[in-house]
Amino acid sequence: MATDAVVVKRSAGRRLAGLFHGRRRLQIGSLLAAPMAWLVILYLGSLVVLLITAFWTVNPLSGTVIKEFSLENFEELVNVPVYREIVWRTVRTAILVTFTDAIIAFPIAFYMAKIAGRKTKALLVVAVLMPLWASYLVKIIAWRAILAEHGVLNWALSPLGLHGPGEGVTSVWLVMSYLWLPYMVLPIFAGLERIPDSLISASEDLGAHPLTTFRRVVLPLSFPAVVAGSIFTFSLTLGDYLAPKLVSNEQFIGTSIFDSITNNQPFAAAFALVPIVVVIAYLGVARKLGAFEHV
Amino acid sequence: MRLSKRAKIILRACVGLALTFIYIPLLVILVEAFNSSRILKWPPPSFTFHWFGQAVESESAREALVTSIEAGAVAMLIAVVLGTLISLAVGRRHFFGRDTISFLVVLPIALPGIVTGVAFSNTFTQVLGISLSLMTVIIGHATFCIVVVYNNVVARLRRSSGSFEEASADLGADPWQTFRWVTFPSLRSALGAGALLAFALSFDEIIVTNFTIGAGEETLPIWIYHNLFRPKELPIVPAVAVILILLSIIPVYLAHRLSSDDGGLTPGRGAAARASAPAAIAEAEATAAH
Repeated sequence: MATDAVVVKRSAGRRLAGLFHGRRRLQIGSLLAAPMAWLVILYLGSLVVLLITAFWTVNPLSGTVIKEFSLENFEELVNVPVYREIVWRTVRTAILVTFTDAIIAFPIAFYMAKIAGRKTKALLVVAVLMPLWASYLVKIIAWRAILAEHGVLNWALSPLGLHGPGEGVTSVWLVMSYLWLPYMVLPIFAGLERIPDSLISASEDLGAHPLTTFRRVVLPLSFPAVVAGSIFTFSLTLGDYLAPKLVSNEQFIGTSIFDSITNNQPFAAAFALVPIVVVIAYLGVARKLGAFEHV
Repeated sequence: MRLSKRAKIILRACVGLALTFIYIPLLVILVEAFNSSRILKWPPPSFTFHWFGQAVESESAREALVTSIEAGAVAMLIAVVLGTLISLAVGRRHFFGRDTISFLVVLPIALPGIVTGVAFSNTFTQVLGISLSLMTVIIGHATFCIVVVYNNVVARLRRSSGSFEEASADLGADPWQTFRWVTFPSLRSALGAGALLAFALSFDEIIVTNFTIGAGEETLPIWIYHNLFRPKELPIVPAVAVILILLSIIPVYLAHRLSSDDGGLTPGRGAAARASAPAAIAEAEATAAH
């Protein structure tokens, strides 16, 4: 009886195989049907809904959502100075974080790629990656402990008569630079690894000073990798809301969206379009600078 | 590169400073976990294991842990099935719109997490009329976990040629047999690594979770977040955090072991997923331009 079952199963499998044989579209279609239903209907659909909801409004008295087309949310975003200030503060922080990470990341990536021996290199790669494996929230909490009034930083600075940044934009800048640093180190490291050592040797053999070699050979060739890293630091800073919430009392794009989601979803939706637009604009610039060929 | 002694010393100093910057916060949280004081006060007056005991005994923390494991496991399963299906199509076949698909897979992690969060929250509550629950959290997590599985599996498929599958078919195996005995065994470790990373990604997630979780439900990161504002529970948080860091080493270490026969280092969590985002975008744009 058991053999019967196997025979039946096999022939069913064969019939199915016959059906699929040579029908490429059917094969691809059956592989992709479920995942595409998920990603297109559920995910892209949600993004479309986000776009539509952004044009709805909320009745200020009853708090119910009015599902009619209106530009009110966008007018508010453009005309109310507070929101302009929030967007500018967030973009400014994102730019600052990007520069900070590039400056910290470049020397360590350069050392890893071009100076360190094989063992040191492997060790440094693990050392840089390690914090990525620690929970994101845990790292923010650690920074709270450092930046708190009676925290590590003020304790360390007090003998010098100095005081830490407290709860403000500076703290957000510090925490974000910390959180996204590995995302900058890795692309730069990969970019520097791709520069052939022979190019550097050639520059040296032709009598260039190490600084000249660095400025004229290494830097131009690794610049696209820096831009690639900046995509992460920039876009991650733009969308984050927990770091600003937990180490500052300032409003950022993320915190504004998070705060308005409970009582004004349409406005939150409209505000969420701002980081999308900025990130797309930034990606356009990054592509012009050649970042994508170097990731 | 040949550098002068002084340049090397400066460079080493920079590396040292960067590493100090990277590791100080992790050390601080480790010390805080043993801090006997109820409030954040540095330096700690004395040290204790008390908070670890409290953390292990905390009913709500344990419940949150179970919720996180449930969410992670289901999201992982969905991501493994969908991610594998996509990679089998994209990695083994050429067809119109292939690059659009790889772009679509990467999109949930390329856009800021808050966008995904608001988009799902809006759709569920405003349009579909579903109340937020653990299920909506799982849907959100699975969406951005697909890319992790996809990346691992598609990389493996691209490295191996399709000739084994062809041989299997020529020898008379049906597609299911070929998958079961040829394709699957060659993908097993990549699948395992992808699944573990997907689980780890979901386990740690809070940005999207915060927008899609129902009232009264807590994953472990949400539990930590809530307890930051409860003075009574606050001292347990660093202890839980340390336990979490130690726990998170296990799946990442295993994933690394599993994918090490790929001949390279697989960055953990979002790094792996994010690092491939611009490449996929570039790929999609390059095809769009032609």
